[in-house]
Amino acid sequence: MKSEHQSLIESYEGKLPLLVLEEIKEALPASVSKEKVKRILDETLASYTAAKINPGECVGLVSAESIGEPGTQMTLNTFHFAGVSEMNVTTGLPRIIEIFDAQKTIKTPMMEVYFKKEANTIEKVKAFAMELKETHFGDFASSFSLNIFEQTLSVEFNMSLLADHKMNTKDLLKALKFKSKGFTAEATTNSIVFTQKGKPEEIKDLYALKEKVRVTRVKGIKGVKQVLPVKRGEEYVVLTSGTNLNEVLMLPEVDTSRTICNDINEVYAVLGIEAARQSIINEVYKVIEAQGLNIDIRHIMLVADIMCVSGVLKGVTRYGVVSEKASVLARASFETPVRHLINAALEGEVDALTSVVENVMINQPVPLGTGLPGLITKLK
Amino acid sequence: MTGAMMRPQFVSKRIKAIRFGVLSPKIIKDMAAAKIVTPELYDREGYPVDGGLMDTRLGVIDPGLVCKTDGLKLKDTLGHFGYIELARPVVHIKYVRQILDLLKSTCKICGRVLIPDENAKKYHGILARVGEEEGFEARRRRVKAIVDKYKKKDQCPHCEAKQEKLRIEKPYNFYEGEIRLSPIEVRARLEKIPDEDLLVFGFAVGFRPEWVILTILAIPPVTMRPSITLESGERSEDDLTHKLGDIVRINQRLFENINAGAPEVIIEDLWDLLQYHVTTFFDNEVPQLPPARHRGGQVLKTLVNRISSKEGRIRHNLAGKRTDFSARTVISPDPMIELNEVGVPQSMAMTLTVPERVTEWNKQYLRSFVENGSKKYPGANYVIKADGRRKAVTEETKEEILNELAIGYIVERHLVNGDVALFNRQPSLHRMSMMCHKVKILSGRTFRLNPAVCNPYNADFDGDEMNLHVPQTEEARAEARILMLVETQMISPRYGLSVVGCIHDGITGNYLLTKELVLSHPEAVDLLYSCGVNDLSRLPHKEKIDGKEVFSALLPEDFQFSGKDKNGNEVEIVNGQLKSGCMDKANLGQESGLMLRNLYERYGAEIAADFLGKVSKLGIAVLTRRGFSIGISDLDLTKETDDEIRAVLEKAEQESMKIIEQYTTGKLEVLPGRSMQETMELRILEALNRARNKSGDLAMRQNKESAAIIMAKCGARGNALNIAQMAAVVGQQALRGRRIDHGYANRTLPYFKQGDVSPKARGFVRNNFKTGLTPYEFFFGAMTGRDALMDTALRTPKSGYLYRRLSNAMQDLKASYDGTVRDASGRVVQFSYGEDGLDVSKTQNGVIDVKRIIAQVLGGAQ
Repeated sequence: MKSEHQSLIESYEGKLPLLVLEEIKEALPASVSKEKVKRILDETLASYTAAKINPGECVGLVSAESIGEPGTQMTLNTFHFAGVSEMNVTTGLPRIIEIFDAQKTIKTPMMEVYFKKEANTIEKVKAFAMELKETHFGDFASSFSLNIFEQTLSVEFNMSLLADHKMNTKDLLKALKFKSKGFTAEATTNSIVFTQKGKPEEIKDLYALKEKVRVTRVKGIKGVKQVLPVKRGEEYVVLTSGTNLNEVLMLPEVDTSRTICNDINEVYAVLGIEAARQSIINEVYKVIEAQGLNIDIRHIMLVADIMCVSGVLKGVTRYGVVSEKASVLARASFETPVRHLINAALEGEVDALTSVVENVMINQPVPLGTGLPGLITKLK
Repeated sequence: MTGAMMRPQFVSKRIKAIRFGVLSPKIIKDMAAAKIVTPELYDREGYPVDGGLMDTRLGVIDPGLVCKTDGLKLKDTLGHFGYIELARPVVHIKYVRQILDLLKSTCKICGRVLIPDENAKKYHGILARVGEEEGFEARRRRVKAIVDKYKKKDQCPHCEAKQEKLRIEKPYNFYEGEIRLSPIEVRARLEKIPDEDLLVFGFAVGFRPEWVILTILAIPPVTMRPSITLESGERSEDDLTHKLGDIVRINQRLFENINAGAPEVIIEDLWDLLQYHVTTFFDNEVPQLPPARHRGGQVLKTLVNRISSKEGRIRHNLAGKRTDFSARTVISPDPMIELNEVGVPQSMAMTLTVPERVTEWNKQYLRSFVENGSKKYPGANYVIKADGRRKAVTEETKEEILNELAIGYIVERHLVNGDVALFNRQPSLHRMSMMCHKVKILSGRTFRLNPAVCNPYNADFDGDEMNLHVPQTEEARAEARILMLVETQMISPRYGLSVVGCIHDGITGNYLLTKELVLSHPEAVDLLYSCGVNDLSRLPHKEKIDGKEVFSALLPEDFQFSGKDKNGNEVEIVNGQLKSGCMDKANLGQESGLMLRNLYERYGAEIAADFLGKVSKLGIAVLTRRGFSIGISDLDLTKETDDEIRAVLEKAEQESMKIIEQYTTGKLEVLPGRSMQETMELRILEALNRARNKSGDLAMRQNKESAAIIMAKCGARGNALNIAQMAAVVGQQALRGRRIDHGYANRTLPYFKQGDVSPKARGFVRNNFKTGLTPYEFFFGAMTGRDALMDTALRTPKSGYLYRRLSNAMQDLKASYDGTVRDASGRVVQFSYGEDGLDVSKTQNGVIDVKRIIAQVLGGAQ
């Protein structure tokens, strides 16, 4: 591209969105005169200006309608198979509801872990996936045997499984961080024996010990229940069911800029509100695309923004976004009206009647759209 | 059409804000019109008793009576509050939690908040912030948390009095240690709290907490609890009146007993009863209390019930309004009326009226309506005189009205052709659910609409009903015409494409026309004329006219378009001439209609709508002349295709048997993250679906142009899958994304052997709809059918609630003059709407078509 064109296009920055300029650059044929480029830019600017939103447009309601209306067309089926080898994911309406509610625990928490270039070989990724998965002491054990007379608990192991994980009984014992008082532990090649030091009456402590060690995590990252290495294009990715974004991002092999997690609250806690907003947009868009619906991304952005404006992640519920409204009557018209009225009375709240429902209630024009501008006329 | 409408229509006052607060006993007394002293309602003649609950000072509900307070009659008087003095104070049930918090946070002796003065300042700041950010209730909880921190010492930091543990026994009894605090004692404590300390809690300035222990009860005006007269002439009182009667009666007895010096036990009992009645007067759904009932056992609906819930005052009456000048009836299709028209039955048009003011210029015109009277169409029903009085137009009054009709009068004339009306179908899920149509008076009893607008309304003609509203003011009509007319709503704000388009025969006809038809000149003229084209100059002067040329006659002469049709072939329009490709759903249909979208952008709404109307009619006209119908034979397959499909299915079944065999012998390669069985299921499902798709393709691809296939090809109705299911194979029935796997023990139906996992035993329907299904196949079909029904039934309320929440949360967001998106309190939500400030309904699928602009600029200069 000629540099004069380049600079001409750049002079339109601020007037046109960067994306549009980028598109013009790409679509521009190699040999065009400067005047033509200028005309193209002007025409684009003209149609951009013409397509701008009108002041007073009730964009919120339009977005709500755009998402709510196709809601009836979404499937309710929780699980679907996105290709044969991938994992079950919540999709459709339940997933949308989950996201907009900003639910603390979601049905299918998932991560997609990407890797830095140097770590991206099938062997390394597979080994890494193994490391990631949360494994309990009990998972390795083939049998637990309690000897009441000797007050011992001996655990036999599945040695091949241990070998798969490149561990031995000593590692296991170390990973157990064995600190309980009253027991000694000894590791042999294929078993661990715990011996109780106390009196025989305390035998039930031994039993409790068995239950305790069985669920003690000896390997992997807490919360990662399943791992699945898959090939995405040229590289390998590990999908996990169960999330722990914080710890995964700490690992050196992980590409922190692309690794994602589908739990919005976790993203918010680990990466902050901006990341949460983007995450809402991405996750909702994913669902909508999978359902084959056509909803413009601007509508989803607006919902994500309203959930995040306060700097805290808030769900679209009576405790979240709706509770933040300035108007008493608007809040009361949503849910739990009496509670809102009582509190308003005690606090002496004043409803300034600046939004929609209050004005509908008192039969006054709504300050949106054509109700927004005032008209001044000179009296003769 | 009563009192309110007769008054001159201008706004003299405007509500600027509404302040909420708690009424003090003094205010209750001051605003009261009467003191209520007797539970009696009416005297022997049936007149309201003075000092009774129906006292005429509180307003009137009987015709003929006059309110003693404002001298107005029924329907004009708003009613006035009264009051009763309670013999003993009672707790207001809705404030119990606040009372408890206050008691717990303040000293029992000196009434100060249990926070040391030296720390108070620090907490003031924190609390103000909490109140600001998280709301009033959070603030109160915070006060309690702070107080709890200091209370460990059990000592008031101000007067060093020892504090005791307070608790509440639901619903309204307070205990300090083991001793019950009577409302009198509670009130005394609340009175002690100094004003400055109340501010800590975030209460309104001037609010006194003792007000929520009621010593005086406001009696709501009679007008908000009207009695109804039954057919038998008996009076049936409102639930609130019943409840108030109880209160007044018990209150009186309590008074009498106290005055007579009755034993404390009796007084306590009566006091409790009074508390119960006052409590249920406010809220009859207090969890710990038995609800107050009618004699028949029916639960009384008291104040809280009236306000809350979907049927309550707020959502039902305040946020939802009813209108006059509206109509509802069944809809039926009429492809011959315009896209933006609605056919209105004449009988409706004679009830629905439009007010029109008499001026110098339309006097004669309006007189003609009055002359017709109200019984003859087009007539007038009412005339409103200059002084605002309303006169009905009847045979008797007609002459008189005609004589006096002068400038400034308003004639409410019947609806006529060309009037605008809002047309709506529930559920109104998006703004296209309510659009403005031009009225066309037709005979019959149903609303008629162009089938092309069915899509935005989501309407069909299987008995759907729709609503019609006639705007009554000039402003409303202007708004409706400019902002809501069908053609202005053509582009969906959801995705920036057209929501209306040709449907069914409209598409098929144009497809056939542009694809293969060659007509003689007279035929072409006939076609064009029948769809409303009078200018035939664009038709070439030759013997045989190609269908494309006929279609092109509708296009604007300078229209350029290049795109693809549904099957990916090029469509090229140069200078208003369709050069290549044929018209189908991709260019004419709804929710895609790319050519239509381009036309809209170039030439505006009106021309696009007009074009759409003509094209629809053209399509239908083509089909009526050519003939188009489907039959069973449409689905006949050629011998070769049939054999091919058979082979494909055979192969798929063999393949799945092989998978099953691998599974039983344990040789199946397990997919990562799956068990062996899941792997088998998935692989079988995959194999069978592949077979179905392939046989569907084969059925579609066979060299036969039957009507069913034509419709599927051009997108008018049906798709390849439908054809495949009818002609080739129905395929695997999937239940929750899996093959059917339950029913009886280890088998889906008793017809199969236990443990049979072969395709046919797990819901693979090998037959097609034409040859017919076997009983077990039919049963599998019914299973998935039921599942789909369930899914829909469960989904509708869920998505409805999501929609309600979204719209409630976002309804006050608007684009401001500076391009930002702000909420009602002016808080910026987005600095530029959608990050680029574009209105989706003005873009093409959310983007600006840069390529088109470039092509236009470059092409135009060539």
